[in-house]
Amino acid sequence: MLIGAVFFPLLGASIAGFLGRWIGDKASQMTSVICMALAAACGLTAFYQVALGHAPQTLDILTFVDVGGFEVSWALRYDTLSAVMVGMVTLISTMIHLYSVGYMSHDPTTPRFFAYLSLFTFMMLMLVTADNLVQLFFGWEGVGLASYLLIGYWYEKESACAAAMKAFIVNRVGDLFFMLGLALTFWTFGSVEFNTIFGAIDQHRDAMIGGMPAYEVICVLLFLGACGKSAQLGLHVWLPDAMEGPTPVSALIHAATMVTAGVFLVARMSPIFEYAPTALAIVTVVGASTALFAATIGCVQNDIKRVIAYSTCSQLGYMFFAAGVGAYQGAIFHLFTHAFFKALLFLSAGSVIHAMSDEQDMRKMGGIWKKIPITYAVMWVGSLALAGVPFFAGYYSKDFLLEAAFASHTGVGMYAWVCGVAAAFLTAFYSWRVIIMTFHGAPRADHHTMEHVHESPWVMLAPLLVLAAGAIGAGALFAPDFIGHHWEQFWNGAIVNGPHNHIMHDAHEVPEWVALLPTGVALSGIALAYIMYMFAPSIPGKLAATFHAIYLFLLNKWYFDELYDAIFVRPTRALARMLWQKVDAGMIDGVPNGVAALAVDAAQGAVRLQTGRVASYAFVMIAGLAVFVTLLVFGAAR
Amino acid sequence: MNAAGFPLLSLLTFLPLVGAAFILTLRGEDKVVAENARWAALWTSLIVFALSLILWFRFDKADAGFQFVERLDWLTDFGITYHMGVDGISVLFILLSTLLTPICILASWDAIQTRVREYMVAFLVLETMMVGMFCALDFIVFYVFFEGVLIPMFLIIGVWGHSRRVYASFKFFLYTLLGSVLMLLAILLLWFRAGTTDIPMLFEHAIPPALQTWIFLAFFASFAVKVPMWPFHTWLPDAHVEAPTAGSVILAGVLLKMGAYGFLRFSLPMLPQASVDFAPFIYALSIIAIVYTSLVALAQENMKKLIAYSSVAHMGIVTLGIFTFTVQGLSGALFTMLSHGLVASALFLCVGVLYDRVHSLDIARYGGVAKILPAYAIVFMFFTMASVALPGLAGFPGELLVIVAAWKVNPWIAFGAALGMILGAAYMLFLYKRVAFGKIAKQDLLALLDLSARERLVFAPLVLLTLWMGVAPQSFLSFFEASVTALVVRHEAALGAARLAGM
Repeated sequence: MLIGAVFFPLLGASIAGFLGRWIGDKASQMTSVICMALAAACGLTAFYQVALGHAPQTLDILTFVDVGGFEVSWALRYDTLSAVMVGMVTLISTMIHLYSVGYMSHDPTTPRFFAYLSLFTFMMLMLVTADNLVQLFFGWEGVGLASYLLIGYWYEKESACAAAMKAFIVNRVGDLFFMLGLALTFWTFGSVEFNTIFGAIDQHRDAMIGGMPAYEVICVLLFLGACGKSAQLGLHVWLPDAMEGPTPVSALIHAATMVTAGVFLVARMSPIFEYAPTALAIVTVVGASTALFAATIGCVQNDIKRVIAYSTCSQLGYMFFAAGVGAYQGAIFHLFTHAFFKALLFLSAGSVIHAMSDEQDMRKMGGIWKKIPITYAVMWVGSLALAGVPFFAGYYSKDFLLEAAFASHTGVGMYAWVCGVAAAFLTAFYSWRVIIMTFHGAPRADHHTMEHVHESPWVMLAPLLVLAAGAIGAGALFAPDFIGHHWEQFWNGAIVNGPHNHIMHDAHEVPEWVALLPTGVALSGIALAYIMYMFAPSIPGKLAATFHAIYLFLLNKWYFDELYDAIFVRPTRALARMLWQKVDAGMIDGVPNGVAALAVDAAQGAVRLQTGRVASYAFVMIAGLAVFVTLLVFGAAR
Repeated sequence: MNAAGFPLLSLLTFLPLVGAAFILTLRGEDKVVAENARWAALWTSLIVFALSLILWFRFDKADAGFQFVERLDWLTDFGITYHMGVDGISVLFILLSTLLTPICILASWDAIQTRVREYMVAFLVLETMMVGMFCALDFIVFYVFFEGVLIPMFLIIGVWGHSRRVYASFKFFLYTLLGSVLMLLAILLLWFRAGTTDIPMLFEHAIPPALQTWIFLAFFASFAVKVPMWPFHTWLPDAHVEAPTAGSVILAGVLLKMGAYGFLRFSLPMLPQASVDFAPFIYALSIIAIVYTSLVALAQENMKKLIAYSSVAHMGIVTLGIFTFTVQGLSGALFTMLSHGLVASALFLCVGVLYDRVHSLDIARYGGVAKILPAYAIVFMFFTMASVALPGLAGFPGELLVIVAAWKVNPWIAFGAALGMILGAAYMLFLYKRVAFGKIAKQDLLALLDLSARERLVFAPLVLLTLWMGVAPQSFLSFFEASVTALVVRHEAALGAARLAGM
């Protein structure tokens, strides 16, 4: 069963991918959906047994590498942290598979699509059940590959190929640091297996590398890796472009797989992070800045998927700053609830796009809420949960994160809290901006499109309803276990809080106004959106005109892409061209070619010596003889 | 006499020559001769491969010494014997050579239509030279095979190559010969001092540090060109571009490994002090190779040139790993050599598939072939990912081990080596995107046929092995573990002794 949860998706991917051409589209869709459902059944059972039943296990499968003390095995590690992730990933992924049956029904190569989706899920499951850093890296790179394939799914589109490459390469930048972190971990602990590392935390606390504490360096390197995967400030540029893939892919990337990997990594390595205060401060600052930065961009984008993408970026920032102040459990809880409502939002956005004949620009939508009432309703549910309106799932987790940041009483913690509250306001604002622009007002699409607006088929709506149920109830249901009174029994040592870290307790002891503030700002954000887009729709245009520079700055995503293009991409290309044509072909190859030319010249010179005149030959001979005899005589004399 | 009960290594080495001799006796109509030559070469190489599998099963992994040893008196007066044997370092390279030869013959089945008989003879002779080189335990025997490889390869590029084949083949031959001549001098010097050219005996022969430096430089001249290390690499792109597909496969698959093998077999054990002294220099060249050639690869417009430059970058990982003098580094280097042997070969075969159909190596000539050649696109993607060291495929374990080992030496070296991860992904994906993705711009591409049954047969073993090496690398690493550990221990002991003597 523990094996089934991980390997059923691989089975589904293999069948759909390799046999798809023979068994046909329908059969391969069915197989991969059934395999995913089986995986979900196994995954939920695992969650029940391991997390709720407190019975962690590790299954060894095969020795991967064992070289001079560097020992790594393929193994499945099930503790509460893995079980939470496995249960969530398999469930959400099953819903997305099911939804894709409807969404991708007009696509000519569905078996390929389903194979990629299942492969993606498999890689994520390998990542979360890893028992060592190398296997984690296998899943880590594996989701990178699967996202590359899925973002570039429509490979005939130039923009899709570019986005896919960008995703892979930007991720690789993070992976580079992960790899270095792995190397340092090995040389510090003599192992990359979690049990050995976590068991030896106390022994190596004084280890130094290059004048810095080794733990700090390990954590910073791993966090830089996490930044790539989880799209944190600086390495976030791939995430919005990942919208080029089909919508279910976006849902999978943003909710269940891929971007949550970084947060998971920090939680998994919590025993080391606990003794790396500087690294944690960096995590907090980067997370908080990302939360606010992405939210500002989300407010002005016009592509419905892009807005939701930036909201993911922002929510990941929340998770990171929570981890940064030591509330890893809260970060994972937010990851868990976020998975439900973010999948819901993306899939309902997909439903809208489906209804609008593949239109994604919100400026060309509007006035359709009566025609697609179920999509409209679940979009509300998702947005309420995202904004953290009381008693929806996001309320429990997001409030806890903000309270934890406040309760940490450190400078960076307060910075995170301020950024978080501001981002909460913006989140509510842009969520309702999306709802109002998409569904309300006068229809802005052309007549032809409006005629075709229709509710999606049940195979797409059913997953939406399941996810909506999660977005409503997952918070209230699981809060007591994840962050409430039972958190210590529930986590069962899967996440470690050092003896100096009381944040899980302190977060519940904050003043009343701190607990109420997030709800207040969320409601005012919603109100502002109503004022600006529902009642006085002329305001946004005027604001954009008045603060034109700021508007452009935000619309162009703080010009990160342009900046990177100017300082990395173009110089690299120019350098590559220069090295090839000037250095390689010119200088390095010039030497042997020059020598060859010299040899040819020398040979021609030598040819001229052969004049054929006996007299000159004789002269040279005599001269040579003279030299030779002289040398001999002088040599003997000495 | 050895674990096989008969002179297995000699048989492996010289059986291809028997096949070549047989092919030379074929007479008759050109078409019939060609057909018979193909089949005879294929069967010969398959039998050799089957025989070589005995090594896989009967090799004693716990034994660090030489196995399957054969020894015959040859030039006793000069202390030269015919001495063959394998240890953990060389054994898998024999299997790699015997595996790639039938694959090459199969890959040239339709591509080569002129002088088929001579082509097949050249390949079988090449196999003899390659296998013999990895088996040789006498320096002179080694040298004969090491240089002998050049002759058939020179002919394969020069006769069956593309338009600039003569320039490329001469460059290849002269460049690599020049370095080897210096090595010959070093061998003579060793022979004068030790009175023997027997390799295991030379391991026991201590050489004063000052002399080690000179011998190291002479070896370096030969091996660095063969690897090839930056800046001696420019013969490689030319040779690859002009060589026929199968020539590129052997060049990338086996010939590129000879230099690194030389470092492992001779420089490290015989010249421990000089190796340590020169290590920083090697690190620098390796890192330059990784970063510089990856950048150059990024700018390429010719598919084969791009993969050739990527080979130089991968060989940078190998030389870096060797000179870390750690078990992880050496094992990682050996593993990378093997995996690169498979993956680069497969990539050249991928290029060959397109070349056979369109007769162009220009990247710009293609675009959108994923649409028309779906099976090919999968294979090409598979090996692209293996080349960028995706975990789970063959490229990863070696790179991981080398980077881990490099960190021990200096974190910045590890950083430099790891930069290859980013740049490698960039140039390979850029290549794949330009060839396979996008809209089909050239209408004639629409008529292309997907992989034929023969081509699938060529790729199948490479795909399986790449997956196997990626998922269970330990089944390969276990072969070199004992020998590598012994090598590292001996290396450290030699250094320790030298240090004591110095005090």
